[in-house]
Amino acid sequence: MTLAIKNGYVINPADNTAGQQDVLIDADRIAAIGNGLDGDETIDATGCVVAPGLVDIHCHFREPGFESKETIASGSRAAACGGFTSVVTMANTSPPIDNAGLVELVTKRAREEACIRVYPAACATKGLHSEEITEMADLKEAGAVAVTDDGSDIPSSSVARRALEYANMVGIPYLSHCEDESLAEGGVMNEGYMATLMGLPGIPKAAEEVRIDRNIRLAELAGAHIHIQHVSTAAGVAIIRQAKQRGARVSAESAPHFFCLTDEAVRGFNTNAKMNPPLREPEDVQAVIEGFKDGTLDCIATDHAPHTYTEKDVEFALAPFGIIGLETSLALTLTHLVAPGHITLEDAVRLLTVGACVCNIPNAGMLSQGAPADLVVFDPKGEWTVTQECFASKSSNSPFIGQQVTGKVIHTLCGGAVVYSA
Amino acid sequence: MEGTTPNVWTKKDLIGIRELSRNEIEMILDAAPQFLAVSKRASGIKKVPLLQGRLVVNWFHEPSTRTRTSFELAAKRLSADTMSMAASSSSSVKGETLHDTLANIEAMRADIIVLRHGCAGAPHILAAAHASHIVNAGDGRHEHPTQALLDAFTMRESLRRQRENPTLTLDGLKVALIGDIEHSRVARSNIHALTKLGASVTLCGPATLLPLGAERLGVEQTTRLRDALADADVIYALRMQLERQSRGLFPSIREYVKLFRVDSDSLRYAPERAIVMHPGPINRDLELSSEVADGPRSVILQQVTNGVAVRMAVMHLLSNSAVVRDTRESLTP
Repeated sequence: MTLAIKNGYVINPADNTAGQQDVLIDADRIAAIGNGLDGDETIDATGCVVAPGLVDIHCHFREPGFESKETIASGSRAAACGGFTSVVTMANTSPPIDNAGLVELVTKRAREEACIRVYPAACATKGLHSEEITEMADLKEAGAVAVTDDGSDIPSSSVARRALEYANMVGIPYLSHCEDESLAEGGVMNEGYMATLMGLPGIPKAAEEVRIDRNIRLAELAGAHIHIQHVSTAAGVAIIRQAKQRGARVSAESAPHFFCLTDEAVRGFNTNAKMNPPLREPEDVQAVIEGFKDGTLDCIATDHAPHTYTEKDVEFALAPFGIIGLETSLALTLTHLVAPGHITLEDAVRLLTVGACVCNIPNAGMLSQGAPADLVVFDPKGEWTVTQECFASKSSNSPFIGQQVTGKVIHTLCGGAVVYSA
Repeated sequence: MEGTTPNVWTKKDLIGIRELSRNEIEMILDAAPQFLAVSKRASGIKKVPLLQGRLVVNWFHEPSTRTRTSFELAAKRLSADTMSMAASSSSSVKGETLHDTLANIEAMRADIIVLRHGCAGAPHILAAAHASHIVNAGDGRHEHPTQALLDAFTMRESLRRQRENPTLTLDGLKVALIGDIEHSRVARSNIHALTKLGASVTLCGPATLLPLGAERLGVEQTTRLRDALADADVIYALRMQLERQSRGLFPSIREYVKLFRVDSDSLRYAPERAIVMHPGPINRDLELSSEVADGPRSVILQQVTNGVAVRMAVMHLLSNSAVVRDTRESLTP
């Protein structure tokens, strides 16, 4: 059985090519990319982009432990709906993924239930307690693609240094949530005018920035690669830019909400605009956009963080941090980065797939003959409105509900199977 | 009492001063003297039947004596039935959400909910989702609108008397707010009320207790008490919460007193005419010396008296609001 995706604009960021082509899929593999290809079945992709399945190296599928928020099954459906075929799930579940058995549990559940490829990240410290580093060799062997204590940072510089040294030895990337919790303590939104106006305790930008700097310095000391997660501030972008200039092995991501929204979104005590790090100010949004333009920020990651309606329907200070993002990231990237001319369509595809290189995910983020047929077909001009009902995720905690966006996923294919169709 | 002003009150709730126009603030201030007269009746019968048969629920998630008592008295003087829920977070401790607790109160047909809550925005989210009138009696460090209203009323009345000008407004007057601004809902509501009424506001306190971005609220900031007091018409000392010191936000009471206490020493830098206010309860000799608190410039007890009248005015306006019926219908699914 063969399937031809015809007349699409094929973007292949792995070899930096783009053009009108057909893609022929034979069973689970890409059989050919070229012109005039026909198959047993046909998808007409006229006017659409055909790209590698998107890659998100930062999402929370909440399983095990918080299955009312999300499961590996529902999270993978949300990913497929957003055009993603490979995701890296964070380790702050209950229990946290800090031993090989738990990594195997996640990979087993993913094999059984996920419609896309789910790669677990494991904890960098046991129990996420920031005290003892995990058995990273064992974790990697079991299938973990990265180590991270995402959700918190390691307060002790000494422990953080050891984690980086050991991860480097094992050859597993270290994903770093940068936050000085003693400085951020008690804060629920960005510290500044809006927090003052709303009487909400603030999280200063410096709480993130001092740790971006520290953690990069520790990685340099350890000779390790460090990946900085969810960069939200102008100075954070600048610190990473300088580190790259002096040759540090650093990569970095930011999330769509950091280039779309400011802390104005918190107005009305909207708990769906509460996440950590928090939404910042216009100059930070500008700097994040600049960071994507000049390559300081390597990839877009969603930080998809589902929470139930009930958990979010509370006093702002009591609501959990986090918003979902898998289903809206492509459209937000096209609407807020491509449409205003900050980046090209090809850049957008690259930013949404290159995470595969950060976490060494094989065969992802590329279209090539013989490779698994993981791809997304999207209409770059397709307009839609984000609604509460449009999410495949178990949760709908999105600050973008009600917004009109451009860029609509038409089909997502994973291993040759259509896992989502609009 | 209606008909004294051409304006019509149209808001279902009193959530914050930020949501009010100057006109709405003045409607409340203008309604207050009639209620003040009720409290001061020579007959001793301090009651009018305006809210007869209505139920006012005082729902306090934080300990409060002053504000709760003032609201309760205001409701009683309007002849409403009153009920207190000194929740001290009891329902939330049991796991009940704010929405569920209010739905239960509403199921008993409450009309006005007076809410004190430790979290900023709590009355805001309830007002948007429920039909009863919500009066914010203080939410976190966000707002305490009735306090700002009674303060503005007290300033206006005191200065009208002092300057023998019965139509004086707060336009152009200078108000110094002194103390812990960062954690103060009283300061925030007063900033909104006073700037809307045309007064100029200077915030003064230790650098560790001044909020970021306050200049965008249209106020001045200084860490020098002397500068704040120069040309002040009103000196407003805020209550210092002693636990701030244990959190390291100021080094010692001794040094706070030395730098920021309103006392006869620091008042030498203020104009003769300046009146002194405080939201209570006072930490005597910490933010305010006893001598000044009890002295001729102090209008602190008038604030308390006026508080009942202003809260009566607020509850009267809300429950007789012109659009209440429409709002309720649109809010009820």
